[in-house]
Amino acid sequence: MDSNMNINEILKQRILILDGAMGTMIQRYKLEEKDFRNEALANHHRPLKGNNDLLSFTRPDVIKAIHRQYFDAGADIIETNTFSGTTIAQADYDLGQEWVDLINYESAKIAREVADEVTALNPAKPRFVAGAMGPTNRTLSISPDVNDPGFRAVTFEELVIAYKQQARKLIEGGVDIILIETIFDTLNAKAALFAVDELFEELGKHWPIMISGTITDASGRTLSGQTTEAFLISMQHMPLLSIGLNCALGASALRPYLQVLNNNAPFYVSAYPNAGLPNEFGEYDESPAAMAKQVEEFCKEGLVNILGGCCGTTPDHIQAIAEMAGRYEPRKLLA
Amino acid sequence: MNKDYTLRLSGLEPLVITKETNFVNVGERTNVTGSKMFLRLIREGNFDAALAVAREQVEGGAQIIDINMDEGMIDGVEAMERFLKLIASEPDISRVPIMIDSSKWEIIEAGLKCVQGKCVVNSISLKGGEEEFVRQAKTVKRFGAAVIVMLFDELGQADNFERRIEIAERAYRILTEKVHFPAGDIIFDPNIFPVATGMEEHRRNAIDFFRGSKWITENLPGAKISGGVSNVSFSFRGNDKVREAMHSAFLYHGIQNGMTMGIVNPSQLEVYNQIDKELLDMVEDVLLDRREDATERLLEYAEKVKGKGKEKVLDLEWRNAPVADRLSHALVKGIVEFIDEDTEEARQYFNKPLEVIEGPLMAGMNIVGDLFGSGKMFLPQVVKSARVMKKAVAYLLPYMDAEKKLSGDTSTSQGKILMATVKGDVHDIGKNIVGVVMACNNFEIIDIGVMVPAEKILEAAIREKVDVIGLSGLITPSLDEMVHVAKEMERLGLKIPLLIGGATTSRAHTAVKIDPVYSGPVVHVLDASKSVPVAQSLISKDQLAGTTKRIKEEYEQFRIDYKNRKKDKNFVALTHAQQKKMALTYEQIVAPTFLGNKTFIDFPLDELRERIDWTPFFLTWELVGKYPRIFDDKIVGVEAKKLFEDANKMLDEVIANKLLEARAVIGFYEANSAGDDVIVQTSGGEQTFHFLRQQNEKAANLPYLCLADFVAPKESGKKDYMGFFAVTAGIGIEPLIEKYEADHDDYNSIMIKAIADRLAEAIAEKMHELVRTKYWGFVENEQLTNDEIIHEKYISIRPAPGYPACPDHTEKRKLFDLLQAEEATSITLTENYAMYPTAAVSGFYFAHPDSKYFAVGKIDKDQVVDYANRKGESVEYIEKWLAPYLAYDN
Repeated sequence: MDSNMNINEILKQRILILDGAMGTMIQRYKLEEKDFRNEALANHHRPLKGNNDLLSFTRPDVIKAIHRQYFDAGADIIETNTFSGTTIAQADYDLGQEWVDLINYESAKIAREVADEVTALNPAKPRFVAGAMGPTNRTLSISPDVNDPGFRAVTFEELVIAYKQQARKLIEGGVDIILIETIFDTLNAKAALFAVDELFEELGKHWPIMISGTITDASGRTLSGQTTEAFLISMQHMPLLSIGLNCALGASALRPYLQVLNNNAPFYVSAYPNAGLPNEFGEYDESPAAMAKQVEEFCKEGLVNILGGCCGTTPDHIQAIAEMAGRYEPRKLLA
Repeated sequence: MNKDYTLRLSGLEPLVITKETNFVNVGERTNVTGSKMFLRLIREGNFDAALAVAREQVEGGAQIIDINMDEGMIDGVEAMERFLKLIASEPDISRVPIMIDSSKWEIIEAGLKCVQGKCVVNSISLKGGEEEFVRQAKTVKRFGAAVIVMLFDELGQADNFERRIEIAERAYRILTEKVHFPAGDIIFDPNIFPVATGMEEHRRNAIDFFRGSKWITENLPGAKISGGVSNVSFSFRGNDKVREAMHSAFLYHGIQNGMTMGIVNPSQLEVYNQIDKELLDMVEDVLLDRREDATERLLEYAEKVKGKGKEKVLDLEWRNAPVADRLSHALVKGIVEFIDEDTEEARQYFNKPLEVIEGPLMAGMNIVGDLFGSGKMFLPQVVKSARVMKKAVAYLLPYMDAEKKLSGDTSTSQGKILMATVKGDVHDIGKNIVGVVMACNNFEIIDIGVMVPAEKILEAAIREKVDVIGLSGLITPSLDEMVHVAKEMERLGLKIPLLIGGATTSRAHTAVKIDPVYSGPVVHVLDASKSVPVAQSLISKDQLAGTTKRIKEEYEQFRIDYKNRKKDKNFVALTHAQQKKMALTYEQIVAPTFLGNKTFIDFPLDELRERIDWTPFFLTWELVGKYPRIFDDKIVGVEAKKLFEDANKMLDEVIANKLLEARAVIGFYEANSAGDDVIVQTSGGEQTFHFLRQQNEKAANLPYLCLADFVAPKESGKKDYMGFFAVTAGIGIEPLIEKYEADHDDYNSIMIKAIADRLAEAIAEKMHELVRTKYWGFVENEQLTNDEIIHEKYISIRPAPGYPACPDHTEKRKLFDLLQAEEATSITLTENYAMYPTAAVSGFYFAHPDSKYFAVGKIDKDQVVDYANRKGESVEYIEKWLAPYLAYDN
């Protein structure tokens, strides 16, 4: 398919830029409970403020504006506003499948619209939409009950069903890429890959897949205990576009683990760290210049193919990173 | 990257296997088919100890752990899921990759859903055809696992070089070309078969494996080789020296020919270059099929290193040894033939007859105890050993009595144990087995029999000054009786440790119901082998306080956990369950050929013999495995075979001499259901049978079952029927048991009871068939094999009161009255509704084509109240009888 061919070609030539944080940008709008409701949700019995994914259809103007700012800052790929767009994550708000379908379809659709608008302005620089699939709030490898290590709050099948629904609507809404991100439990991500593989077979067509794991602390392991290399091996059975790391750590802390991926991954490598670590007020306060300087180390070593930002990053951060990355060659795929 | 044939696996950490990697050692002990101990832990649900087995293996250097839960008596899917989820929480275990080992696809699939790392599936094959192979391989790939392919196809297992390469090539092509399976993730298991079996066709088993492995490595790029090594030395079981040499020589050549990984017990491995040169030569002659007489030469050598002749041939070499060794040999081998003369010889040699017991006899029994404790001897062998011991002691008794008269009493045992089956219960096979095993370990056993009331147990315990009391029971009301005994012990201020055992007892019941009412130590023991160390720790003055404290704390913790766990289960209201009953139509009602009862006496036993379901027979003897596959079991197969031969010898005798008699009575009556009851029309008026309904919350579309639903309701206006039966095969068993016991022959005493039990089940099965096809006649053409019958592939059901579909034992009284079963069959009911003879079965027939077996499970208070009203009994009475089934604390 076109975008697939395209993105593969472009990745050989330069480092691609992913967007920055969605939540950080939404905070700037100081939205109220009413902004998270449309007519049908007017009397919903649970508070919805904070359920950012709903904004894609209750305040599409806000989400589109944010997407546009990231493109303007130099992003090649934006992520759909669907981090919590599964029936499992939305169960906390008591929102069922019809709402989840709407979240994914509308989020993909508006992201597609903005990407097409911007591409039309400069066809030499095509813009892509990645359908974001978050980890959900349940884990398949970890018991939430300390007294019963054999207990699980969710099953593999339940996750496969939820992810398949999400991926289907994202594709219907027009995404170019499926992005399984912020993976803290590899088995959850396996369920996502399983779902996506089944869906592709059903649709008779493949979309590029990006995988992004999260190293939770200085031990260098995922929350479910895997080292970076073990994580890579566990995700390697699908032909991926890229594998990488995001969230939890600032850029410099991520470097050793990116080196592991660089040495072993037969795919492109991505990284989108946080803007440092949160300060005592829970804010990410690393400046765009400071962050770009750390990320520059990745580029100097030739570790990465895709760069972006996670929590606390803004269009200013992305702009600084994009300008810096333009001066470096991308990582070469392993022979 | 297509040419990257590295096999990358992961647990929490990576395991990267390249061409340069030396042999990868797969741990084999977390496998229920290979480790009796692990099987026992899983069956007991002792997952903590099972995890310890896994941890030890990883610490001991296993780079992958193979996990197998294929065993008939456990729910493999559930056990696999639970164990893998628990492993996920143990970083020191889950750091290595998992090998999910099963011959059942559903277990493999369940396992794959629990493992985050890249694991290995062991195994798939072309046995079920290409389509199934492709489907399974695709799923394995979708889960991101590597796969072991057994060289097996539609025609069978590859057992020579040509078949090995033919199947390997075909499987490889399908995997790489059709499924696009990464070639480096394909591992072949080219079947390691035993050599030196004496069979001509086994001569090339090892060399064909080597050649096949070499061919695969050279011709199928990326493919790896694995195998279970211990199989090769199967003929030399018991001869560790030869086996260890064979394993390391096999591995040496296997690796030379491309073997990448294997399942091997590191403790059963000699270092290759430390193998005795002569032995190595002979082993390699066998493995590589280098000489015509290779097998004979190795066998000869094996006998030499083992220091004793091959079995089978009646070898009397041991008769030349000194008397102490002969006694010990007879005990370990269970040979009674020479015991009297050897005992006499020993008696003359020693000063006192007691010294014979304390000396050579105890030494022999200690060996037996150790071998049994370490899983190297099995229950039937131990019982035979005990028979030898008892005979020797019986021979010495008159001499000892004479001596006693001169010198006064002496006591030498480890301790005195009182054993009894509680009031209302008549089952004693399990109790007798425990008694035998304990006696082997030098405990003095005082067995006061069956149906023993609490006062009699306590009176005997106090009179005999016993150290431990062991209570046994099989039927559910016995649980309450055990609580009663414990309460009485507390009332009398006793502190004697109490052991609880028997089929319905459980750790849960002991912890929750018995332990709290008795301040002395109470321990639930699962089987015979467990009871010895427990009894020892309760008798030893040094250990008693510590053991008691530990067990009390353990049960206290269990009660806390149990209480917390109970909250999880949801129960629906009885009225809701009744509304959501199974939607059935009643169109196919067939009238029985007669109404009323029909009695069968002296039922031909040879017709029953072919109906025997042998699997539970082996279980009685604590040999686990499905008949007839159990004979191939690497561990218990040989003993199972011997036991089976003995059983059949006894059966021949029973049938030829009519030692047992089988009787049956069946009856059919007009019946209609009314709610959860069934009202039966008898000549003396209506008789109502009461049933229980499932209340454990189910998915929205599933019905809540109750047996009454299988009979047309009154309001349907249809005339329906219900059947009843009581059968036994235990008529005439008492004189046989008495004879064996008089002969100190526990082996045959247990054997005859086990056989009578099997015959009783067989006549129940046979009568059910006659009912289906002849007497009720709702099935016209039935052609089922015995195996299909054992797996309940027939129409209609025959549930028994006191069992899962109708757990209330008290309904048995009405059943017996209706059938006049006591007069018809001589089966009697105890006050707790246990049947005597114990080899008996009674129950109901439901002919509805949709009728099926199910378990009522736990029931809630609303149903207990309703049921009590229906039966006209008090709620307390019902709660007493249904205690194990209550969903609430009472």
